[in-house]
Amino acid sequence: MSGDGALLFTADADLHRRRRTERRWKAVLLVGASFSIVGLAVLIVRMLADGVPHMNLDFWSESYSPSGIRGRTAGIFDALVSSILVLGMTMVIAVPVGTAAGIYLYEYAHKSRLTDWIRATVSNLAGVPSVVYGLLGLAIFVRLFADTFGMPRQGTYLAAALTLAVLILPILIVATEEALKTVPATVRHASLGLGATKWQTIRHHVLPYALPGILTGQILALSRAAGETAPLLIIGLPTYQVFQTYGPLATGTPLQVRAYYLASDARQEAIDLAAGAIVVLLLATLALNLLAIFLRDRLQNRIRW
Amino acid sequence: MVQAARATVGEWQVATRARYGDLAARILFLTAGLSVFLVLGFILYVLVGNSLQFFRDVSILEFFGSTKWQTAGTVQISEGGDAGDFGVWPLIAGTMLVTVGAAVIGLPIGLATAIYLAEYAPSRVRSFLKPVLELLAGIPSIVFGFFALFVISPIVRDLTDEGSFLYYVFGQKSATIFSAMNAIIVVGVMVLPIITSLSEDAIRAVPKHLREASFGLGATKWETTKNVVVPSALSGIVASFVLGVARAIGESMAVAMAAGTQAAWTFNPIDSIQTMTGFIVQRTGGDTPQQGPVFTSLFAVGLTLFLMTLALNLLAQRFVKRYREVEGADT
Repeated sequence: MSGDGALLFTADADLHRRRRTERRWKAVLLVGASFSIVGLAVLIVRMLADGVPHMNLDFWSESYSPSGIRGRTAGIFDALVSSILVLGMTMVIAVPVGTAAGIYLYEYAHKSRLTDWIRATVSNLAGVPSVVYGLLGLAIFVRLFADTFGMPRQGTYLAAALTLAVLILPILIVATEEALKTVPATVRHASLGLGATKWQTIRHHVLPYALPGILTGQILALSRAAGETAPLLIIGLPTYQVFQTYGPLATGTPLQVRAYYLASDARQEAIDLAAGAIVVLLLATLALNLLAIFLRDRLQNRIRW
Repeated sequence: MVQAARATVGEWQVATRARYGDLAARILFLTAGLSVFLVLGFILYVLVGNSLQFFRDVSILEFFGSTKWQTAGTVQISEGGDAGDFGVWPLIAGTMLVTVGAAVIGLPIGLATAIYLAEYAPSRVRSFLKPVLELLAGIPSIVFGFFALFVISPIVRDLTDEGSFLYYVFGQKSATIFSAMNAIIVVGVMVLPIITSLSEDAIRAVPKHLREASFGLGATKWETTKNVVVPSALSGIVASFVLGVARAIGESMAVAMAAGTQAAWTFNPIDSIQTMTGFIVQRTGGDTPQQGPVFTSLFAVGLTLFLMTLALNLLAQRFVKRYREVEGADT
C-alpha cells in the first residue's frame, strides 16, 4: 500500500503528489487505450489508399491473366467466385454440425465426464493454430480422401471447404451455446409443463429466441473463414489457373490465396492487384463483423424477459 | 365411447411419433457433439503419425540438437539429392523472437486498454472502443501480412538505415525487406483484442465492495486499481497474457509474408527469420512436397507447434478457472 493510513489526510504535499500521480496514470491508460483505435484507423486508411485506386471496372469483371497483367485483363472476378463457392460449401458443412453440437451441449447434455471432455476438446480446438488445420486438411481431406475415395490428389474446393469447416466448428459450437444461454429456463419449463417433448420445446420455443444470437455467431464464423489463408495454402490450392473451373472437385484460387501470391510477385501491377484484393477482403470482413455487432446490440435491446 | 377411444389412440400415436422424433433429435445432436473428438483424433493421428515417419528418416537428436534448418527444394529431391538439415531450433527461435517482441508491445498496451475500459472509461467511450477492438480482432491475418510487408517494412528499413541510431542499436545492421521486426509490430497489434477482452472481463469480475473499501480508506482511483483491483484480477490477466502469447505463436500469414523465408539462428529482431508457422506455409504454398522427410518435417514442426499452443491453452484455462473460483467464493 502506498502511504500509511494514518498519514493519508494530514500531509497536504503528499496528497498533492498522489493527485498528480493519479492524473499521470490516467493519461497513460488513455494513451494505451487509444492505440488500438489509431492502429485500426491507420490500417484501414493505408489499405484503402493503396488498393482503391486500382479497383476499376476491370478489377471486378475480369479474371486473372498472368501474361496480360500489364494490360486490361487483370481482375479478381474468378477469385471472387472461387471464394464464394468455398465459403458457401464451408457454411453448408459446418453450420448444421456446429449448431447441433451446441444444442446438444446446452440443452441435452447432463453434467458428466463426457460433457466435460467435449467442452474441454472444443475450447482446446479453438486455440489450435490455423496451420495445424491446414496440415489436417492436407493429410486427410486431400491425401487420404484421394487414396480411399479416388478424389483428385490436389487441393480441391471440397477439401478447402472441409478444412475451413473444421476450423470454424469450435466458433459455431461456442456461439450456439452462448445464444441458448440467453433464453431463460422458464420458457423451457412452460413448454415442457404443457407436455411438449424436449425437441418440440427446443424447436418451437427455444430456437426462435436464440436464433439472432446463433446467427451472429455464424456471421463471425463466416468472416473468420473468409480471411483464413494459411490452411488453404497448405492444402495446396493452385497459384493461378488461366481458366478456373468451378465445382466441388474442381480446383481454383480463392481471393485470399490470390492476394498472397500477387503480393509476392515482383511486378508493380501484380502488387496493385493484390492491394485491391486486400481491400475487398478487409471491407468484407469489416462489414460482416459490423453486421454481427449490430445484430447483437439489436438483440440485447429488443428482447426483455 | 368408441370415439373417445379413437381419440386416445390418435393422441397416443402423435405422442409416440413425438417421442421418436425426440429420440432421433437427441441422437443427432449427440453425434454432432461427438464430432469434436473426431476432429481432435484426426489432428493427433495426422501430426503424430507423420512425425513418427519423419523420425524414422531423421534422428530426433538432429531435430532437437542442431541449429541448422535447411530443407531441399522439390526439384533437388526428385533428382535424388539430400533432403537437407533438420535442426528445429532456428524455427523455434524465430517463433520466440516474434512472440516475445509482440508480447512486449501487446501486453502493456492490452492491459492498459483493459484497465481503462473497465475502470476509467465513460460509457460512451466504452461503447465506441469495444466495437473497435472487435473489428480489429476480425481483420484477417493476410491483411496484416500485407500491411507489414508494404507499410511497416519500408519504415523499418528507413529507421535502420546505415548510420541511424537504430542501426547501431541492432549491431550495425540494416533491415532488408524481410525482418522479424515487421512481424513483431503487426502481431503485437493482433494480440491486443484477445488480451484486452479477457483482462477486462477479469477486472470487471472483481467485486465492487473491494473497490469501495479501498476508496473508503482514502485511496485514489489509480491506487485502488494498482493495489486492489489488478491483484484481485491477476489470474485472469495472466490467462489473457498466456492466450495472447499462444495466439502470437500460432499466427501464420503476417510472419509468412513479412518475416522472411530463410530459417536463421538469430535473436536480432531486424534479421530476416522464419518461424514454425512461416516454414509450414512457405514450404507448402503452391508447391507441396509429395513425400519424404521434407513432407513429414511439416508435421513434425506442426506437432511441436501444436504441443506448445496446447500447453499454453491448458495453462490459461487453469488461470481462468482460478479467477472464476475466487469470484464465485466472493459473491
